[in-house]
Amino acid sequence: MSHDFGPAVALSCRECGARYPLGPSFACLECFGPLEAAYEFGRVTREDIAAGPASIWRYRSLLPVPADVASKPNMNPGWTQLVRAGNLGRALGIRSLHVKDDSGNPTHSFKDRVVAIAVEAARTFGFHTLSCSSTGNLAGAVTAAAARAGLDACVFIPADLEEAKIAMARVFGGRLIGIDGSYDEVNRFCSELIGDPLGDKWGFVNVNLRPYYAEGSKTLAYEIAEQLGWRLPEQIVIPIASGSQLTKIDKGFKELIALGLVEDTPYKVFGAQAAGCSPVSAAYKAGHDVVQPVKPDTIAKSLAIGNPADGPYVLDIARRTGGAVEDVTDAEVVAAIKLLASTEGIFAETAGGVTVGVLKKLVETGRLDPEAETVVLNTGDGLKTLDAIAGESSRPTAVIKPSLDAFRAAV
Amino acid sequence: MSVTVRIPTILRTYTGGNAEVSGEGATLRDVLAKLDADYPGIGARILDESGKIRRFVNVYVGEEDVRFAEGLDTPAPQGAQISIIPAVAGG
Repeated sequence: MSHDFGPAVALSCRECGARYPLGPSFACLECFGPLEAAYEFGRVTREDIAAGPASIWRYRSLLPVPADVASKPNMNPGWTQLVRAGNLGRALGIRSLHVKDDSGNPTHSFKDRVVAIAVEAARTFGFHTLSCSSTGNLAGAVTAAAARAGLDACVFIPADLEEAKIAMARVFGGRLIGIDGSYDEVNRFCSELIGDPLGDKWGFVNVNLRPYYAEGSKTLAYEIAEQLGWRLPEQIVIPIASGSQLTKIDKGFKELIALGLVEDTPYKVFGAQAAGCSPVSAAYKAGHDVVQPVKPDTIAKSLAIGNPADGPYVLDIARRTGGAVEDVTDAEVVAAIKLLASTEGIFAETAGGVTVGVLKKLVETGRLDPEAETVVLNTGDGLKTLDAIAGESSRPTAVIKPSLDAFRAAV
Repeated sequence: MSVTVRIPTILRTYTGGNAEVSGEGATLRDVLAKLDADYPGIGARILDESGKIRRFVNVYVGEEDVRFAEGLDTPAPQGAQISIIPAVAGG
C-alpha cells in the first residue's frame, strides 16, 4: 500500500543518516537514533503560501501530509498572533520584541499543531486509536483532535497534573489514564506498551508517530518568518520540554533559507527551562554534549521532562547559532507570567512564564542583544495553570459595599 | 544472577521475535555481554564502539534508569527485570 505524505519521501536517522521507508517507526535500527521526515520539496513560493488557509495547512507543501489534508475533519490549528510587544520590550529594555502567542490555538496550546500532523499519519496508517504520553496540554489536544477525526483516544498522564488540564482532556471523551509517577515514567510506559499486543495497533502521537508529529512545530518557524514580512528574527527564545519544538523551529528556519523564501540572515536560538527541571541548561553550562537526566520538581509541569529526548540536539543548536540555554526559579516564572499579562494582555501558562523569565534573565546578564529583533514564544494558556498564580491573584483587589462612599474610602 | 531482559521491538529480530529473554550476570555490563553471546550482534546495537550505552538508549534495572545508578556497573539482583527502551519518545 502506498502512503501519501506529500513532499516527505523517507524517514532518515538524525544520528547516522540511515534511511527507511515512511512507516510508523521512530527509532533507527542501527543506532536507536531518532527518525525524522526527509523531503523532496517542489517549488514553493510566498504567493502560494499566502493564498492558503489561515492555519498550518498554508504550509502543507512543506509538511508530511497529502495535498488535500485541509479537506478532512481536523482542528485547523495555527496562524496564531505574532504580537508586537512594545510594552514588555520597554519594561525589559528590548528595542524590538514580539510574542508568538500559541494560546490562541483550538485547545489553547501549541500542541494542536503537532497533533494535526499526527492525526493525518494515524489515518494513513489505519490506526483507529490515538494515544500519547502527556504533561497535560498534549492530552487535551489529542482527545479533541480524535473526537473531530472520529478516532478513539486513550491518553496517559502523570496522575498529579493540574485539574484544568485533566478536565480539558476528559471533556472531549476517550480514556484518560493517570499513571502514578512522573512524566518520564509515563513516557517509558508508553514505549513499552507499543511493543506489546495491547498497544501495537495504536498511534502514539509522540512515540511511533513522532517523526510526523514533531514536524508540526516547524510551522511556528514558518509563521514567525511570514508574519515578520518573510524575515527571520535575529533572536528567538523557546521553552524546552523534550526539546523537540526548539529543534524543529531551527529546522523550519533552515528550510525557509534553502527554499529561498527568506534571506539567509543569522539567528540565535535560546532555550528556556525551569530551574526545577533543567537538565539541558545544566549540560549547556557544564559544556557537556549529553544530558544527564533529572527528577523534576517545578510548577512548570508542561516542561517537567527530566529525560528530554532531543536534549543533545538543543545543545548543538544553541551552540551553533550563538544562543544559550538558561533556567529560572518558580518565583521568577510567576513574576514573568504577571509581567507579560500586565504589559501585553497575554495570560501565559507556566511554560510561557519560564520563557519570558529566561528572556528577562538573558537581557539582564548581557547574553541577549537588546538592540536585535527578538521573538519569544508563549506556548499555552494561563487558564490551565491557575494554581501557579493562586492566592492573592484569585481574590479581588478590594471588596466594598456598593456605595460611592465605600469606593472613595477604598481608592 | 539470573534476570529477565525486556527487548524493544526494533531488537526482536535478534531474539527470534521474543519480547522477553532470560539473562545472567552480576552487573548490567555482564548481563549485556551474556546477551550478546546468546544473540550475536545485539550488543553492538545497545553499546557504541567505545562500549558506552548509546546516546538514544535508555536502560532500566527494575524501575531505575541506570544513569541515575551506576551505569553499566549497576548491580543486577536475582530476578531483576532489565528493560532496554529507545529514548526518542515523548515531548
